[in-house]
Amino acid sequence: MTALLEIRSVTKRFGGLHALTKVDLLIQEKMIAGLIGPNGAGKTTLFNAITGVYAPEEGSILFLGKQLIGRKRHEITAIGVARTFQNIRLFPNMSTAENVLVGRHCQMRAGVWGAVSRNRKTREEEAMAERKVMDLLRFVGLEGQEDQLAKNLPYGDQRRLEIARALAVEPQLLLLDEPTAGMNPQETLALTRFVARIRDELGLSILLIEHDMRVVMGISDRVTVLDHGIRIAEGPPEAIQRDPRVIEAYLGRPSERVRKRSRPSQKNL
Amino acid sequence: MMEKNREEWLNRPWQAVLAIPRWLQLSLIIGFVAVLPPLIGNYWTHVLAYVGIYVMLGIGLNVVVGFAGLLDLGYVAFYAIGAYSYAFLASPKFGIHVPFWAMIPACAALAALGGALLGIPVLRMRGDYLAIVTLGFGEIIRILINNLDALTNGPKGLLRIDPPTIGSFQFTTPTHFYYLILAGCLFTVFVTSRLNDSRIGRAWIAMREDQDAAALMGIDILKYKLMAFAIGASFAGVGGIIFAAKMGSIFPDDFSVMVSVNVICLIIIGGLGSIPGVILGAVVLIGIPEVLRAVAMYRMLAFGLLLVLMMIFRPMGILPSARRKLELKKED
Amino acid sequence: MSILFTPQVLIEQIINGLTIGAIYALIALGYTLVYGILLMINFAHGEIFMFGSFAGYVVLSWFFQSGFASHHPVLSIVMAFACGMLASSLLGILVERLAYRPLRKAPRLSPLICAIGVSIFLQNIMMLMVEAKILMYPDVFPEETVAVGPISISYFQILIIAGSILMMAGLYVFVKKSKTGKAMRAVSEDKDTAALMGVNVDRIIGTTFAAGSALAAVAGVMVGMYYGQISHMMGFVPGIKAFTAAVLGGIGNMPGAMLGGYILGIAEALGVLVLPAQYKDVIAFSFLVLILIFRPRGIMGEVVAERA
Repeated sequence: MTALLEIRSVTKRFGGLHALTKVDLLIQEKMIAGLIGPNGAGKTTLFNAITGVYAPEEGSILFLGKQLIGRKRHEITAIGVARTFQNIRLFPNMSTAENVLVGRHCQMRAGVWGAVSRNRKTREEEAMAERKVMDLLRFVGLEGQEDQLAKNLPYGDQRRLEIARALAVEPQLLLLDEPTAGMNPQETLALTRFVARIRDELGLSILLIEHDMRVVMGISDRVTVLDHGIRIAEGPPEAIQRDPRVIEAYLGRPSERVRKRSRPSQKNL
Repeated sequence: MMEKNREEWLNRPWQAVLAIPRWLQLSLIIGFVAVLPPLIGNYWTHVLAYVGIYVMLGIGLNVVVGFAGLLDLGYVAFYAIGAYSYAFLASPKFGIHVPFWAMIPACAALAALGGALLGIPVLRMRGDYLAIVTLGFGEIIRILINNLDALTNGPKGLLRIDPPTIGSFQFTTPTHFYYLILAGCLFTVFVTSRLNDSRIGRAWIAMREDQDAAALMGIDILKYKLMAFAIGASFAGVGGIIFAAKMGSIFPDDFSVMVSVNVICLIIIGGLGSIPGVILGAVVLIGIPEVLRAVAMYRMLAFGLLLVLMMIFRPMGILPSARRKLELKKED
Repeated sequence: MSILFTPQVLIEQIINGLTIGAIYALIALGYTLVYGILLMINFAHGEIFMFGSFAGYVVLSWFFQSGFASHHPVLSIVMAFACGMLASSLLGILVERLAYRPLRKAPRLSPLICAIGVSIFLQNIMMLMVEAKILMYPDVFPEETVAVGPISISYFQILIIAGSILMMAGLYVFVKKSKTGKAMRAVSEDKDTAALMGVNVDRIIGTTFAAGSALAAVAGVMVGMYYGQISHMMGFVPGIKAFTAAVLGGIGNMPGAMLGGYILGIAEALGVLVLPAQYKDVIAFSFLVLILIFRPRGIMGEVVAERA
């Protein structure tokens, strides 16, 4: 079975900073893969490498057998990879529906002639796109908010809108960058269930960066751990939770931990 | 309490006007504009026709500046390409006389080609560099026109350019050209509003809001910038051929950097991204100085001052489009 | 157009190139200083150059008419430069305060458009003040030339080249060694942190504008004396050329701006030997287009990451 996404030995340097060093990652179809690690571990950098924002110096990234490195960003999206962002990047002055409609862009074909003549093919394409947009808004729970400006939406809704926009691309791989950041426990639980629904109902694979361990361990099929740009562990959630290297990366070495145990820990492993 | 009543009273006629259905509004305006020439006489018709050319240029440049967000300061280059292409092929210069109507699409295409050729290397640049390079390009074109005497007659200009003809009817009076330019404006408005309200228009808006996010959502940034640039250039080309046919003779000085500056000013001051804004800009900034010669001396001074004041206090212009107003309004 | 390409002609043209290059370098420094500190292109810088030239004209012709100049020629010239520098500095500070400061947080195109507005405004103010006439600088400088072997250089050219190198060296030392200079470099690296460290950012920015404008004024007075004529439009083309020089050397980089100025000047002077004279300006504009396409960071600049 060909892997959906095959990252092999990817290395990304920024001058003297080694953001990623020989990172491997494998994602199969219909899978939720968690990507965790302390701050600065290189998780978002890996996302940026996959989506074409950065070009790694070494390694290869194969999606359905196609090499992604060297391709332009919009090409990679059209091939089937969509993402959300750590700091939400919606189009602030466009409405909710318009934001999702932009996501449909690479699934539509109308050009200058179509735009000016509004021929039947174009009109049908637009009508279908609007239906898809409404379906997606219903799916993420934003029905009724179509005309709200994105910048006026509450935080939780903005996160959901970003996901809807990414789903509009009709990707086979969805990259979610800390989708539960800033959410309270109920919202986090709802989003966690929602991400599982995406995999089950839409048949996508999801690569999920998260700091909230309950989320990651709760829905991931497999988890990869990065620390200072190096993959230090990979496996099912239960194994990762017990892996001493992972614990060390988050909490420091055992000798240091003795001192730290007296202080409240913010990471729940 | 008194203040509020007064405001409502002032607002009421305005509300009534806005309540008229869109199609009726447009029909009334177009109808009004169409019946003007016999009412206002030749001189004013000529002035309005001149304003009309700038409206066309403004709407065309609006695609580049207003929709795609690219500051093109060399727009006059495409205007010149349109004008001189027609003059080469429809005057005694080379003895060729291609009909005006056939040349319209040709000039549009040539200008678009020029836009694409300039755009390919230039559109990767940062906004401020893009502005200076396009300015330089506009100047290069003017210097070339002025010095390639064999081709363009240099400063002596090209004369006796053919007027448009339909059968045996020739376009000669200001009124004839007024209607030609009116048709041109309507066409320009039609095409650009269709574009704005389409998949392409959405891509342009997304690019303006957040270019990187737009690229990651599947939009080919370079392609859409190039498209805006070429389409904007093609409108300038059409403006150029109409200008050449109307004036009957063209000279390099007709294509100085001032034309580019005028069009930029009228879009930015009149209102970014909106058609009423462009029309307002053209009427006030081009029409009034044309008529009031005393004022004309202070025109550029006023332009400079207005640009500065606008950028500081009202960057979206006097009558911007609703969307642009949203984007540029300062968060208080 | 059959010029014999003798070494003599070549060297004389190179000297001409260094002369005009010195002018471009002085103006280019103003662009690069402002860009380094505010990341904006001061489109009106060419007009500040023009104003300096006119200020020098006013002073010089007043001295001439009153007869002062015939008794104290050197002092008159020095005063012309000093007043030009003062006038331009004040203008630069004023423009920054009124037109650019309100736009410090605006999207990048707003200050650029505003600067275009300032440029147009200044050009036309001057046009109205002098009724669009061309003014003639009084003849102050001895026309004599000095012979170095078969080459003849005029005293004037020596003054321009030497004087400009002096001024630029002075500026360089000021920026590298003085406390204000250090503050300027801090502000250009990180405005907010510099403010937190106690630097009066507004005053430093004003100083930067003043310094760049003063150098432009020196160039302006030199141009007035060298070419004899000044007009309200004289800033437009040299402005674009000096900007080209700044970009060629690497915008934001001071030695780069100087280097770019001299290279552009020499390229123009040599280019005139091969191309018809009317195309001289095309050389500079083409340089501009080509650099920005193929090497936007210039000779000495750092890579500016900007994605299309």
